[in-house]
Amino acid sequence: MQITSETFEDLRKDFPVLNRRVRDDKKLVYLDNAATTQKPNQVIDAITDYYQNHNSNIHRAVHALAEESTEAFEETRDKVAKFLNVKDSREIVFVRGTTEGINLVSYAWGRDNVKEGDIIVTTEYEHHSNIVPWQLLTQEKKAHLKYIDIDNNGELIMEQLDEYLKTGKVKLVTFSHMSNVLGTISPAKEIISKCRSAGVKVLIDGAQSVPHMKIDLTDLDSDFYVFSGHKMLGPTGVGVLWAKKEILEKMSPFLGGGDMIREVHKYETTWNDLPYKFEAGTPNIADVIGFAKAIEYLEKIGMDNIRNHELELTKYALEQMKKIPGITLYGTKEPEKRGGVISFNFNDVHPHDVGTIIDKEGVAIRSGHHCAQVLMEKLNVAATNRASFYIYNTKEEIDVLISSLQHVAKVFKL
Amino acid sequence: MSGDPIYTEMIIEYSRNPSNYGKLENPQITRHDSNPLCGDSIDLYLNINDNKISDVKFDGKGCAICMACSSVLTEMIKGKDLSDVKKFQKDELLSELGLEHLIKTSPVRIKCALLSLKALKYGIYSYFAEKMNDLDSAGNLKEEASNLY
Repeated sequence: MQITSETFEDLRKDFPVLNRRVRDDKKLVYLDNAATTQKPNQVIDAITDYYQNHNSNIHRAVHALAEESTEAFEETRDKVAKFLNVKDSREIVFVRGTTEGINLVSYAWGRDNVKEGDIIVTTEYEHHSNIVPWQLLTQEKKAHLKYIDIDNNGELIMEQLDEYLKTGKVKLVTFSHMSNVLGTISPAKEIISKCRSAGVKVLIDGAQSVPHMKIDLTDLDSDFYVFSGHKMLGPTGVGVLWAKKEILEKMSPFLGGGDMIREVHKYETTWNDLPYKFEAGTPNIADVIGFAKAIEYLEKIGMDNIRNHELELTKYALEQMKKIPGITLYGTKEPEKRGGVISFNFNDVHPHDVGTIIDKEGVAIRSGHHCAQVLMEKLNVAATNRASFYIYNTKEEIDVLISSLQHVAKVFKL
Repeated sequence: MSGDPIYTEMIIEYSRNPSNYGKLENPQITRHDSNPLCGDSIDLYLNINDNKISDVKFDGKGCAICMACSSVLTEMIKGKDLSDVKKFQKDELLSELGLEHLIKTSPVRIKCALLSLKALKYGIYSYFAEKMNDLDSAGNLKEEASNLY
């Protein structure tokens, strides 16, 4: 497919919500994609079709609907595996989202493998979902949680990782592939290679990377990788945990219940094969099936084209924003090192006031701490504004964002 | 943008120059509170003398609404009888700044407006219930605070 900026503009017709008018009949400018993306008709229709024509529980009954539903559900697993270049789709575990995936690992792997005095390393730019589960685990095990700090450019200070690894106590290094606040893309391969030499496991939070760039898990070679479907055109309530089969096989289960068992007796149970061992209870069947359509949609455009489109938008937005007096931009100045996420502050106006005023112009951005209070502390701010882009955003929308900031200046007499 | 229902002259002015902003030395009551989702975070300091609020200050970081409401609240209760302050209701505070509409229009921003009042009610409750061991005077301020928004 020949890709141009018109192609991307043309995608908008697949997203009914983008035609919404909000507040005082203003055209919606949706720039909160790092929180969740909008859904194309293809995804919405697949979910409707599932409930209208196929709805059934999976993996058990032998009737026609059960077979159709099971097949569609398992086809999604294969699709996810192929999308991420995973050879064995049994390594794909469906969860509710990134948060549940990380909690699964901290509970099921962490409890068996982390002991008193051990170290888990994370970074200063993590989402709370990649901090709190490790606090819970290290507190319970009397282990230690350490942070790789960021420099003034919003990039990880890699020497600190070397120091931690030298102690010989590190069991796991866990980091986000792309910061949800700064947009910084972590040097994943470098971190993994350092950890490999030290015999340390690696978990990557891919919530912000999988939707926006080509991810090849075979090439990357981490131990765990987690992400959410709803940040990549899919429905909410679907996420994926990928882990190497050898690791998943040795791991204790997370939730106990139906589907995750082989045989249950009064006092003991044997576990089902991968990945079902980790999928207790009736899963989110309809949304998993809808998620398959999201992946198809992204594949059709091509992840490299998506990355380039967002890079263009990010470059343009950074250039325009730099021209506004009183703007503070966070994160690296090099667009190639970041995703389509721009965090900023505007003079001393609190981000919530900025968010409320530009909302009146139809512009949806996120104001707050973005579930990254450790990072907010580091930046010495209570909150930031965050604009984040996706495939359907245009330069014209960035222009609306810029002009809406002029309203903020007017209201606050700046 | 004249006629903005939230960002009136008064609110902008208070956010630029908050009243009673700062700390009290050795206050009898200190109460910290924050809104976890938006990052408003304030400390309220109170002294009680002769059953009156003899002095009050606040500091912290917050949006214009939070700063304006905290300013106006401290102005309204300073020097007032404790019995009146305990009865103080959210409508009195909101109407002073013309923000009554937030209750209906903005469940998110109402939290910014009422954070200081919540801190006030909790603060007075803790002072009587925990420090003075006087549950009668503490009354049901704790429930009121937790039901504010």
